[in-house]
Amino acid sequence: MVALLKVKNLRVEIPTRRELLVPVDDVSFEIAPGEILGVVGESGAGKSLTGAAVIGLLEPPGRVGAGEIHLGNRRIDNLPYREIRKIRGREIGMIFQDPLTSLNPVYTIGRQLIETLQTHQDLTQSQAKARAIELLQEVGIPAAAERINQYPHQFSGGMRQRVVISLALANNPKLIIADEPTTALDVSVQAQIIKLLKRLAADHGAAVMLVSHDMGVIAETCDRVAVMYAGRIVEIGEVHNVVERPNHPYTQGLMAAIPRLGGKDETLAHIKGSMPRPNAIPNGCAFHPRCPHRFKPCDRDRPDLMKGQGSEAACWLLQKEKANV
Amino acid sequence: MSDALLQVKNLSKTFDLTENPWLTTATGGKRVLLPAVDGVSFEIPKGKTFGLVGESGSGKSTVARMCVGLLQPSGGEIGFAGKRVTSPGGGRGIGRGRLQMIFQDPFASVNPRWRVVDIIREAMRAKNLSSRDQIARAGALLDQVGLTAADGEKFPHEFSGGQRQRISIARALASEPEFLVCDEPTSALDVSVQAQILNLMKELQNELGLTYLFISHDLAVVSHVSDVVGVMYLGRLVEIAPKAKLFEAPQHPYTRMLLEAIPRLDLKERHQESVVGEVANPLNPPKGCHYHPRCPFADKRCKKDDPKLRGTDGMAVACHGVEEARLPAWKDPTLQPA
Repeated sequence: MVALLKVKNLRVEIPTRRELLVPVDDVSFEIAPGEILGVVGESGAGKSLTGAAVIGLLEPPGRVGAGEIHLGNRRIDNLPYREIRKIRGREIGMIFQDPLTSLNPVYTIGRQLIETLQTHQDLTQSQAKARAIELLQEVGIPAAAERINQYPHQFSGGMRQRVVISLALANNPKLIIADEPTTALDVSVQAQIIKLLKRLAADHGAAVMLVSHDMGVIAETCDRVAVMYAGRIVEIGEVHNVVERPNHPYTQGLMAAIPRLGGKDETLAHIKGSMPRPNAIPNGCAFHPRCPHRFKPCDRDRPDLMKGQGSEAACWLLQKEKANV
Repeated sequence: MSDALLQVKNLSKTFDLTENPWLTTATGGKRVLLPAVDGVSFEIPKGKTFGLVGESGSGKSTVARMCVGLLQPSGGEIGFAGKRVTSPGGGRGIGRGRLQMIFQDPFASVNPRWRVVDIIREAMRAKNLSSRDQIARAGALLDQVGLTAADGEKFPHEFSGGQRQRISIARALASEPEFLVCDEPTSALDVSVQAQILNLMKELQNELGLTYLFISHDLAVVSHVSDVVGVMYLGRLVEIAPKAKLFEAPQHPYTRMLLEAIPRLDLKERHQESVVGEVANPLNPPKGCHYHPRCPFADKRCKKDDPKLRGTDGMAVACHGVEEARLPAWKDPTLQPA
């Protein structure tokens, strides 16, 4: 299938007084319509910035330093502000982590939905209201016709996140970017929101980019997953391959570090040290100082994504002969 | 039982959220009361870990704070090594320093203006050590938690989240406690760092014979560290069981629902029928069993009577359905491929 979103060699730069930070470097991926791509990584890996770059919401002085982002057959990373505004909310819907901060506390839910609808579509007030009620019903809010006149504080955490999802879906976007949509929620609510997100993505045929730090959420939700480390994708592939047979030593360490229910092991495997800060990314493979399998080329040459079993990983172990040892 | 290091009996805490208590009382108005913890009882034997899980608003952190004397209970008792903790003064009688606490956010729980060595030394003040001994001991503690004595000269901002949590563990150990209350100690950390901290805590337990009260919203983490697990819902303990029993044969419908709800890595489709609704408003908890509005097995009795925690052999559950044996047997939510 033809990809809907194509990100090619994306580089995000943040100039500071002292130096130029590159929190996202050389990131490439594609998402097909109807597909859910998970982007997973620990804090500081650059996963949220990648999402923000796609929707043009990088906070200055952050900027796209190089690379291209294509939505359908249109390049969107160099569009002027007015143009990207038309795409945002219409063709790309967004869901953020904290539903309390992404809703306006002084407007009713209905007013926010109607505003979103009328900004991008030619609808009368009553048409927009009818559609808003429909949307709230679709995301599972009971008594939608009454609740539409209520304010965000009158909703519980899970219900608020449902409202945010209905806002993201309001204009039938082709792409939804969900940045940690369930992180602020309790597990029982999280399970319901994941289910809802999956169903809606399938019903609407929308592509979803799901950013999360939680491998469990990714495994439940996504078709493919990209694992990020220190600003780069270190492994990308079908979710079951990456979860069951990870190729990159970082992914392997990450999977082993997750405590499992009813697990018998006394100690968890853990990766020594922590992720480098963006001003101190090591040469060569950024993971090499922590890697148990490092060998000659690792601290010198940066590996690109290479074909491994089941997934692609940026690791010299996959092509020892190419590594000019 | 007398071999328990910590005994909690019928513990309750009600917060008064009335905006203007004096005026409200004077005008005969009704006070706004939040029953955060309601009749919780458990015991922790020496050298063991008791895990408390629950969703937000279940009262688990309030229990933790009462156990170390940071909050005064509204009712019930806490006994530590046979003495009452719940006297005014936060348990000065039992010798401060025998209980310590590790908090969730390592960015908020260490003073940013103090050097690490001073942060650790502060907890030793009651010990009457010379400052040279204090510094030596602080260095040894830093070593023990996987940092170096030289790190003592640094300030907290020079450390990552995981390292800061190591500092707060070193500080907690400084007074040579027997009992540590850990309130979501790894919730602010990344998974790979979380594994480091959990392993460290286990090592320290083996080395020093520590007893832990471990609180988390993450069932997998709790199952990893605990010997016995208690599940809380809206201020009440709904089930207590040894870890293996709880995860193999959970009894309370709420525990079952939690187990169904956790995202897992096995990539199999699962039953999730009972995962519905949200935690009710704790200001106005449902009558009878607090869980009945979300429970697929609730009947008339559940809406009226409070279920009591009943059981034997260290296992107990508060559910009318279990008592009347009308709950179906537990099926593991993972559907086996046919």
